[in-house]
Formats: sequence, C-alpha cells, structure tokens
Amino acid sequence: MRIGIPRESRPGERLVAASPATVAQLTKLGYDVVVEAGAGAQASFPDDQYAQAGATVGDAAAVWSSDVVTCVNTPPDDRVEQLREGAVLVAMLGPQANPQVAEKLNARGVTALALDAVPRISRAQALDVLSTLSNVAGYRAVIEAAEEYGGMFTGQVTAAGKTAPATVFVIGAGVGGLAAIGAANSLGAQVRAFDVRPEVAEQIESMGGTFVAAPEAQQEVSADGYAKPLTPEQQAAAMEVYAAEAKRADVIITTALVRGKAPTTITADMVATMRPGSVIVDLGAPGGGNCELTVPGKKIVTDNGVVIIGYTDLTSRMPRHTSQLFGTNIVHLMALLTPEKNGELTLDLDDQVQRGMTLSHQGEVLWPPPPVSVSAAPAAVAGPTEEELAEKARLAAAAAKRKATRRNVLYGLGAIASLVLLAAADDATVQHLTVFALAVIVGFYVISNVNHALHTPLMSQTNAISGIILVGALLQVGSSDAIVSTVAFLAAAIASINIFGGFLVTYRMLGMFRKDV
Amino acid sequence: MTLTSVAQATYVIAAVLFVLSLAGLSKQETARRGNILGMVGMVLALVATVILALDLSERDVWVTALLIALIFAIGATAGTWRARTVEMTQMPELIAILHSFVGLAAVLVGYNSYMTEPADAVHQVEVFLGVFIGAVTFTGSIVAYLKLSAKIGSAPLMLPGRHWMNLGILVSSVGLMAWFISGNGLVPLAVMTGLALALGWHLVAAIGGGDMPVVVSMLNSYSGWAAAAAGLMLSNNLLIVTGALVGSSGAILSYIMCKAMNRAFMSVILGGFGSEGGKVVSGDAYQGEHREILAPELADLLAEARSVVIVPGYGMAVAKAQYPVADLVSKLRHNGVEVRFGVHPVAGRLPGHMNVLLAEAKVPYDIVLEMDEINDDFPETDVVLVIGANDVVNPSALDDPNSPIAGMPVLEVWKAHQCIVFKRSMATGYAGVQNPLFFKPNTSMFFGDAKVQVEAILAALRAREGVAV
Repeated sequence: MRIGIPRESRPGERLVAASPATVAQLTKLGYDVVVEAGAGAQASFPDDQYAQAGATVGDAAAVWSSDVVTCVNTPPDDRVEQLREGAVLVAMLGPQANPQVAEKLNARGVTALALDAVPRISRAQALDVLSTLSNVAGYRAVIEAAEEYGGMFTGQVTAAGKTAPATVFVIGAGVGGLAAIGAANSLGAQVRAFDVRPEVAEQIESMGGTFVAAPEAQQEVSADGYAKPLTPEQQAAAMEVYAAEAKRADVIITTALVRGKAPTTITADMVATMRPGSVIVDLGAPGGGNCELTVPGKKIVTDNGVVIIGYTDLTSRMPRHTSQLFGTNIVHLMALLTPEKNGELTLDLDDQVQRGMTLSHQGEVLWPPPPVSVSAAPAAVAGPTEEELAEKARLAAAAAKRKATRRNVLYGLGAIASLVLLAAADDATVQHLTVFALAVIVGFYVISNVNHALHTPLMSQTNAISGIILVGALLQVGSSDAIVSTVAFLAAAIASINIFGGFLVTYRMLGMFRKDV
Repeated sequence: MTLTSVAQATYVIAAVLFVLSLAGLSKQETARRGNILGMVGMVLALVATVILALDLSERDVWVTALLIALIFAIGATAGTWRARTVEMTQMPELIAILHSFVGLAAVLVGYNSYMTEPADAVHQVEVFLGVFIGAVTFTGSIVAYLKLSAKIGSAPLMLPGRHWMNLGILVSSVGLMAWFISGNGLVPLAVMTGLALALGWHLVAAIGGGDMPVVVSMLNSYSGWAAAAAGLMLSNNLLIVTGALVGSSGAILSYIMCKAMNRAFMSVILGGFGSEGGKVVSGDAYQGEHREILAPELADLLAEARSVVIVPGYGMAVAKAQYPVADLVSKLRHNGVEVRFGVHPVAGRLPGHMNVLLAEAKVPYDIVLEMDEINDDFPETDVVLVIGANDVVNPSALDDPNSPIAGMPVLEVWKAHQCIVFKRSMATGYAGVQNPLFFKPNTSMFFGDAKVQVEAILAALRAREGVAV
C-alpha cells in the first residue's frame, strides 16, 4: 500500500508528518511512501533526503490519491475531496471539539483515524501525539520566555557584581508543565510549580522544581490521572496561590487545560501586581487562554510592562524535532496497524487503542467510541455473588477433606509397611534407623531457617561434611585383601578431596561476606 | 574402655559439632563459627578413625599409615588447590563435581562392604541401596558439572518415552535386588550399578540449564542419602547422622527453590520444563516497541536518582560483571544515592549464587535483599537496573495465566519509575517466554555485554563529574 505525506496547508504550519528517518521505518513496514514536494522544507528536511530514505517525491495529486494519507492537521475540504474512496486518513482531527468531522469524512467513504483521540492507556503511549506536542510546547514556552525576559535565567556571581536567578512559576504539571519545569531548571532558574493534583509533587521535584503545596486548593488523589473541575472553595484557594506566586515570579508558564478547555488562572489583577519585564507564557492559548489578558496567537505587552505570550504554534516553532517525534508516533501507529509488516493496513476494531481513535470505517460513523477504562483506574470486576462464593468454599473444603483422607491413608500404609520391615530387621539395624530418623528431623529444623544468601556456603559446607564417608573407606584401607584395600584407597582419596576442598571454599566464601561499615 | 568405644564417643561429639556447624551457617554473624565447628568435628572424627584404622589394620601398620598419609596428601593437595583457585562464578561447577566425588566414594565403599562383611539380608539391602544412590549421584553430578561448565549444551535431552525408561530402570533394580539378596553374588550388583549410572545420567540430562539450582541442591541431597546408606551398611552412627543431615538439608533447599519457581518438585526432577526449546510459548502477538538507552543518558539518570535497586541474574555471572557493578554501587552510594540489590531465590545456577558473587566483589551483605524484602519498595524506587535477569522479572508470571511461568513469584520491577534492562539482545529468556517488561513505557533496554556496559556507565559518570567540578 502507498502512504502519502502531504505538505501541510494550514497557514504558518511548519510541521510535516514524517521525517526522512521515519520514512525509512515506514518502508521497513512494507509501505511505499510518497512525499509531496517541499513537504519538509519548513522543517529542514529537503526533498532529496526523503528520496534517499526510500520515498518517492510527488505532487499533491499523487499524495492525496494514496491508500493512506498521514498529515498533522485536519485537511481542508478541497483536499478531502481528493481522497480516494476507502482511503485511510490519519491526522489530528479534533473529534472531541468537532464531532461532525466524523460524519463528513464518513460521507466521503474514508476511514478516519484521529491521532488526538488515542486512548490514554500505557500501551498507547508510544503513539500519543498529544504527549509529544505538549512536551515540545513546554520546552519552547521556556525558550520564548527566556527570549523576552530581560535577564539571565541562572544566577551569577561575577567580578562585576551578582545577578539573582529568575523565578519561574509553572501552573499545571502535565507533560507540558513538566517539560517546562525541566527546561527552566536546566537554564538555571528557580522553578516553583503548582498542580491541583497532589500526587504530582514527586514528579515536579524529580524535574528539579519546588512543589507549591496548598492542601486546601488540592484535590484528592485522582483516579484516572486527570484533573477534575475544582469546587468553588478549592478554586478560591488556588487563585490565592496564583496571586501570591505571581507577585514574586519573573516568569509564569501556565498550562492548565481541563478536558480541552482553558480555565482562568491568572486574572488581570494578578498581572497588574507583577514586576515590569516579567513574562507570562500561556500554553492554554489554544483553548482561549489561562490568563485573562491573553490574545491567542499574539504576543502583547501590558500597560505595566508585562509580556504575555499567547502563541498557539509553539510546536511549529521547533519544526525539526517536533516533526521527527510526530513522525515516530505515526510509525508506531502504522506498526500497530500492520502486524504482518507486509505493507497491508489491517484495522482491528477489537483493539481498544485502534477502536478509540477510529472515527469512521467502511461507511459507518464510529465516533464517539465506547469508554475505555484508563489504566490508572482499572474498572472494578463484578465480584462473584455470595452463593458462588459459598459454593466455591464448600467445594474447596470438600477437596481439602478428600486430600487429607488420602494423605492419612497413605501415611498409615507407610507406617504399617515400615513397622513390618523394622520388625523383621535385627536390633542393631533398628537402632541405626532410629538414629537416622532423628537425624533427618534435626537436619530439617536446623536448615529450615537458613538465610537465603548463605545457601551456597551451606552447600559447600554440607559437601565437605558428606566427605565423612571417608571414615568408612579408611577403616577398610588396612584390609589384607588387595582389591578391597585398593578400592578403599581410591574412595578415601576422592572423599578427602571433598573434605579439604569443601571446608576451604566455604571458609573463603564466608570471608567475602562483609557488613557495611 | 576400648579404642573402639573411645572412637564411638568421639563420633558422637563430631556429630553434635556437625549439627552446630549447619545451625551456625543459618546466619551471617555465626556462619564463620559454623564453618570452623565443622572443621573441628571433622578433625576429631578423622583422628579417631585413623587410630582405629591403624589398630584394626590386617597388615603391617606402617604400610597402612603410609597409605592413609598418602590419601590425605592427595586430598589436601587437590582440595586446597581447587578451593583456592576456583572463581566464584564457577562455584556451581565445583559443587557439582564435589557431589560426584561423594557419589563415587559411596559406590566404592558399598562394593567393599559387600566383599568384606558377611552376607545377611539386611546388610545386602543396605549395600544395594547405597550403591544405587551413590551411582545415580555420581553420573547425575557429572552431567550437572558438564552442563554448568558449558562443556555440553544445557538444553534438556528429550528421549522418547523417557519416563517409562526411568521407571523401567527402577523396576528392574528392585528385581535385581531380590536376585542379589537370594545370594547370586556380584552380577546383579554390577548390572544394577550400570543401570543406576545410566539413570543418573539420563535424569539430569533431561533437565534444562535454568533448573540447575534445583538439580544441584537435589544432588546435594542425594549425596547425603548415599553417605547415610553407607553408614547403615557399615553400622557407623556418625555416617548415618551426617548423611541424614546433608540429605535433609539438600531436600529443603530443593523445596525452597521449587517454591520460588512455583513448580512441583516432581516436575523439575522428571525434567521437561522449557522443553519447548526456546520457542515463544505465549504472548508472541504484537508486544509494542522497546526503547533503547545509551550509557551517558543512563549515567545522568543514575546520578539524579535517589534510590536505585539492582536486580542481578545469571547474565551478570556469565559476563563476570560483579566487580564493575560493585564499583558502580560504591560510586553511587558515595554520591548519596541509596542503592540496594534485589535477589530472586532462583537467580543464577546455584541457590544463593548471586549473593556469593556480590560478596566476592565486596558488596556489603546488608544491602543485598531477598525478593520478599524488596518487592514492596519498588513503587518508591527511581531506577531499577536489571542486569542479566529475565524470567525472574517477567510480569506475565502474574498477569498471564497461560504463561509457562504463571504463578512464579517475581520481582515487580516494573512498578519502579524507570526500569533499565541490561541484555545482549531481544532474545527470550531461559523459559523461552517473551517478557512484556521490555515493552512497558517505563522500561528502557541497554544492549551489550553487561561488564563492558557497566564500565561504560562508570566512565560516563566520571566524565559527568569531571564536567561538574
């Protein structure tokens, strides 16, 4: 089958859905790849690199008539018209915000897979473009802030005096927030971060940030890994935190998005309290903005000299790596859809991941998908009823009883057999067997609680001790019969190797064990 | 008070010392003392025996004395040489070959006892049993030795109808015993010896390399029973007590190993586990992508971690990576990282093998923990390094009821924040089961020879510090 990689048509979009490296991986899955001329130009991937990686460079018509078309954004209507009936379209289609897209594509007879509807379960993480994009956006947010901020992020002590490090406050510790914390931290800033989910404190600290604790503003540990809308009290408490932090921050990066919507975190009043030259980067801009003053897509400067960045194309500003990562997500998706690696795309609607992202297939609208149990909160399995439990317990008890009876019978038979045999034996033998039985029991209790770490020394020690068989051989060495004497000599020599070797190697091993001082 | 009764009294003391010796070996603090007590007991028993042997000598005392001196010279030379030169990675082989010595000695002592003592039925039974167990131990241990030292392949030998063959040997041995007791001399004994040697060979040949911890402890047990049988035929209480001690100790170790693998003892002994020969048994459906990590990244990860757990496996022993691992541990601990080891009971080819290797590399034993002690700590662990272990960290043992290793307790390393698996390739482990751990989102693979790779991490850590200073 042929995969088409078109040039993105949205104005200002610099991303492309495949890099030369991912093209090579797609060909390995058995696909022919056709890339539209100039598709990767904005992301610094010239056409000849794609050709070298095994793709054909073609025109728009060749790309859009492919069996599979993968692109970044929802294609415009005239492009959708060019799709073949039965073709597969893979893109960020935004079905949550825009459910009618499923019907539109279905009407065209297209199988539509929405990259931004991948269920958030761990198995699907490798194809989750939203994580990829948030990560890049978080990083880029810090770069944008650093450019606008009139100072160094890191503190310095020089012969010409010292500068304080920048204080960066990050709101929301999702993928984007964590990436921002990490990037700001690595530039040397002091990073403080807040999230309504208390369980992310550890993640914030692991990225080098300081978690701003405000118990009254934070929710219970969430079951599905997502933030829930806040209660009015929590909301008020959170706003207090933001206000307090805004006063001391040089840079605020706000990333709050609750199910696609951007709640307000930074009010105009808070901005008014900030120092001139401070920077706010609003990652919530695509959803309207977390800051009241944000203008999505624009950079503005407020009256008191605070820069507010509302760019919605942060990922596009790092087109090379974003395209590379995005393309790899698509490779992972295609690998999932091509289990045979033979270049034949097979959609398995029984697979949670594939079902979750499919909007339409074979003339049927499949959006919205049935709910997926998120891995963070596995659905409770319906427990067995009381009767079933009682029945099970009864059966188990009956089985245990049968087993016990069988065991008792076996032991009884064994005891009788031993009794008969022992009665037939002479006194001396019975005495020896008594010693034997007692020694087995002693051995059992002595060994039962040996520390696991000492099993090997224990074995070599028992090896040495079982060399005691030498005693038997030694007593026969003095025999006048030459054969007996020779055999005894051999046995004794072998057994004595055991004694010396076993004890010494145990000694050597035990010498190695040492306690921490 | 005759010489014999003094010797018997000494034997009682020696037997008590042996019991105390094994008891002492149950704890680190008293292990050294246990070892010494065993030696003292052995010296007492041997001195008493030598005096008795000289007294009972049927020929010139000096000739006997010379022979005995020669015996000890041979034993001391060979034994001391092996004990000093053996590498800790070769402990399983050494222990296996020492077992075979006990087995062979038991066979020889049995024949001698038959030739020197009057043939009453009870004694005949004892001789027969002693020779049988000794012979099985002898060849079984030889095969175990050859497998462990990689002189022959460790794959299980699958002869058609092998269970019937084993059963046939057992039944014919019982028949031969009846023949032997009815007074037909050496022939039935010799035939049985041949059959028992074949049985020992075949039993262990049918068991795969991964079950070696069980096999070695089982042979340890057999060598004890062989000594006990020799004690019965020679009417020597010291041999009986010692043999029974060793026999039950080996049996318990085998039991512990089997429990750690959640397998029935009989199914291990009869062999066949992993007989599918490395074929992927289940879960060969799409598993997902694995991610790779390189030494510098891993060094960063380790330098920034607060708690690290290392899970060693047979791969560490093969690569002899315990020294660089110990260096890595001391370096990380020096930098304030909490490092601990999690050892699965069946890791390696010998019970407790990993502990010995780590002790050799001077890793303090109080940071080497058992599976049960560390399993609950994984969720709070930043980084887990799995070095050359595979099946003992396989989550399908818990999640996949169809997996051949289902139900085996495993180290739950995937609960840690980051899990790094050191491996030579993506091949399956001993059990031939694919490991879903490799495809978890928080797992990264670190390919290459464990020793070389750990040294690469150390170099990267040093380079990192060089930059930081």
